[in-house]
Amino acid sequence: MRFTVTVLLALAPLAALAQTVPAPVPASEVFTREEIGHALAAPTPQAGRTMPSAANAPEDDGQWTMPSKNYASTRFSALTELTPRTVKGLQPLFSFSLGVNKGQEAAPIVADNTMFIVTAYPNYVYALDLTRPGAPLKWKFAPKPLPASQGVACCDVVNRGGSVSNGKYIFNTLDGQTIALDVRTGKPVWRTQLGNINTGESITMAPLVAQGRVYVGNSGGELGVRGWIAALEESSGKLLWKAYNTGPDKEVLIGPAFKPAYATDRGTDLGVKSWPPQAWKIGGGNVWGWITYDAELDAIYHGTGNPGPWNAEQRPGDNKWTAGIFARDPASGAARWYYQFSPHDEHDYDGINEQILLDMPFAGTMHKVLIHFDRNGYIYIIERGTGKVLSADPFGPVNSSKGVDIATGELIRNPAKQTRLGQVVSDICPTASGSKDWNPSSFSPQTGLVYIPHENICMDWMNMQVNYIAGTPYVGANVHMKPGPGGHRGELTAWDPVRRGPVWVDKENFPIWSGTVVTAGDLVFYGTMDGWFKAVNARTGELLWKAKVDSGIVSQPISYRGPDGHQYIAVLSGVGGWSGAVVSGPVDPRDGSAALGMVNAMSDLPKYTTAGGTLYVFTLPH
Amino acid sequence: MLALGGCNKGPAADLPASQIGSQAVIDSALIPGLTRSAVSSDPRVAQYYDNADAVNTGKRLFGQYNCSGCHSNGGGGMGPSLMDDEWIYGGRLEQIHQTLVEGRPNGMPAWGGKVPDQQLWQLSAYVRSMSLPATLAAQNGATPSQTPAPVPREADDHAGWSPPPGTTNDYTTLTTGP
Repeated sequence: MRFTVTVLLALAPLAALAQTVPAPVPASEVFTREEIGHALAAPTPQAGRTMPSAANAPEDDGQWTMPSKNYASTRFSALTELTPRTVKGLQPLFSFSLGVNKGQEAAPIVADNTMFIVTAYPNYVYALDLTRPGAPLKWKFAPKPLPASQGVACCDVVNRGGSVSNGKYIFNTLDGQTIALDVRTGKPVWRTQLGNINTGESITMAPLVAQGRVYVGNSGGELGVRGWIAALEESSGKLLWKAYNTGPDKEVLIGPAFKPAYATDRGTDLGVKSWPPQAWKIGGGNVWGWITYDAELDAIYHGTGNPGPWNAEQRPGDNKWTAGIFARDPASGAARWYYQFSPHDEHDYDGINEQILLDMPFAGTMHKVLIHFDRNGYIYIIERGTGKVLSADPFGPVNSSKGVDIATGELIRNPAKQTRLGQVVSDICPTASGSKDWNPSSFSPQTGLVYIPHENICMDWMNMQVNYIAGTPYVGANVHMKPGPGGHRGELTAWDPVRRGPVWVDKENFPIWSGTVVTAGDLVFYGTMDGWFKAVNARTGELLWKAKVDSGIVSQPISYRGPDGHQYIAVLSGVGGWSGAVVSGPVDPRDGSAALGMVNAMSDLPKYTTAGGTLYVFTLPH
Repeated sequence: MLALGGCNKGPAADLPASQIGSQAVIDSALIPGLTRSAVSSDPRVAQYYDNADAVNTGKRLFGQYNCSGCHSNGGGGMGPSLMDDEWIYGGRLEQIHQTLVEGRPNGMPAWGGKVPDQQLWQLSAYVRSMSLPATLAAQNGATPSQTPAPVPREADDHAGWSPPPGTTNDYTTLTTGP
């Protein structure tokens, strides 16, 4: 044993060193909003009030039947019992252990006085009876996904929720199934196998249910999985159509109806030609985030994930149709338009974040737009009918690009931050997980603001040659993340989409990995990775209330009306996900490159929280 | 040399490995009725101890076969950390080799027949090296396991689940608050 003793003494300072969060990137390293934000026209707020349409956001019935609350995805609750004055009395009413200590990213769903929750792997589903004291279990369903599916989940074994529709709770499993359960009994009505773990496929997203169809997409952008979106018949689970996001037009479902707004997206089989030979077959473009249905224009919108591998030098070309957004015909899947946020993405900027559907004044008239908050750091306002970008403004530190050319729609790359083989490129902002990741924003028609939960993290990146081996990671980058300017790693930004700027910003020590919900009482609720659940004033950002829970929060809070007519707030705790893997993994904080480089910026999280998984429900005493 | 040297030393009658008359590698620390930890032995392992070439080749293969995609540079991510002292299926070289050959149910692929056996041994040696104090001491910056130390024979002088004090870097036992 003699070889160990002296070495151990030397290790103590090393361990301490490796656990230090790196110094933040200086503010001088990034561009300002004024330098790189662009719009087709100056703001015209007098031209009308920003609102979702009644078709996409019907009157609030007090339930919460889909993660996004409504098709417009406002995550706005019209309940008013909680206000900046009354919220101080908010108290926990009951809690419920989920029995799973991995990242809980789902939204609780409330329908017919029952609450439905799906957990991280092994994807248990619970139905709780809200009409009885303590909300006892009505049923639990264990889908028993293949344990090996944990080995193809890039960033913790998360699940982003299910939806209730026509007496069914519909959700996905990590091993690639979509399952519909009878809400009364918990018994499967149908289950459809869509993914194959042996090619690296998994499913983590929340399915969208609309007009009798269930829309599902796959995960696997870190395993060379070719991305797709599928539509199933809601009543039977039968596959109606499937569209790939790389490859020949006939498989992408690009046909005569495809009318992209920009010249760079016009041509034949660009999903083949914008790649090296055959590379599109293992090129990513997955649909692991949010799909939105537009009842006004009868369209669906969905982002596409990063191209694979991360090492962009192995895939010269624009890599269509990755890192962008599609509008498709819901019945046939036929593409209507596409816009690429990050052509030839070099920084893992998936385009899969949520879109909020609004009617908004622009250039003197009202426009039907979607607002998308991209990983690449820009808030895009896009005309829903055409795919034309009206404005693109940074909402966090950006230097990987120099703005969006508003005439051509093209992201203007910054050559200084292009990634290179065997060479560390330092201080790239935003980081791989983006200015903002999957966790959804909310919109209040009362304030006209969107409430964006996001990150302030940058990174160092080195490309490495990588081989494709089916079912294993296909990444090819050594990444080390670090805090962005200021050193705080998270922000809650209230953003005015009409005037194109922040109204207030609340800073957080850790990245905000939870969604937000905003209420008619002018409150915004969100959770932190160190285990605080908070309410702030929607007009000022002032912190009004907070409660400590058992583990960090990376889920989607909701607001609903209980059987007694009162307002309730529900949220899942359970830290994890990509940013929380250092706790839920477990992952070793001494390796900054662990969890795809996230650990370098999150090595102190184990000091603040432990793994957990609990439903909390809060209300005023009554 | 070993606490229970395979089939021909000690009270061999209560060892499963000898009972089944093979060179089976033991994957559990729980062996009903046994009064001490069982140590299995595979004669193929010997040449990979004290072998600098094995760990360096293993390091190269660790990248080429995408092991690093899940386990990073030892800190883990999609797969568990390999640089701490916790071993789910045993941390001796032959136990690691067995894990590589057979795969494990919670997501570890089975590489037996896909990768030449010698390379699996070299990969095992690199993985075993990651948690050696000498390898950890050589870490420079936030990327560990770049200078892997050869695996000393005596580092595996145990059953595979609880390395003797001083033979590994105990990092996970104590966490202090902010």
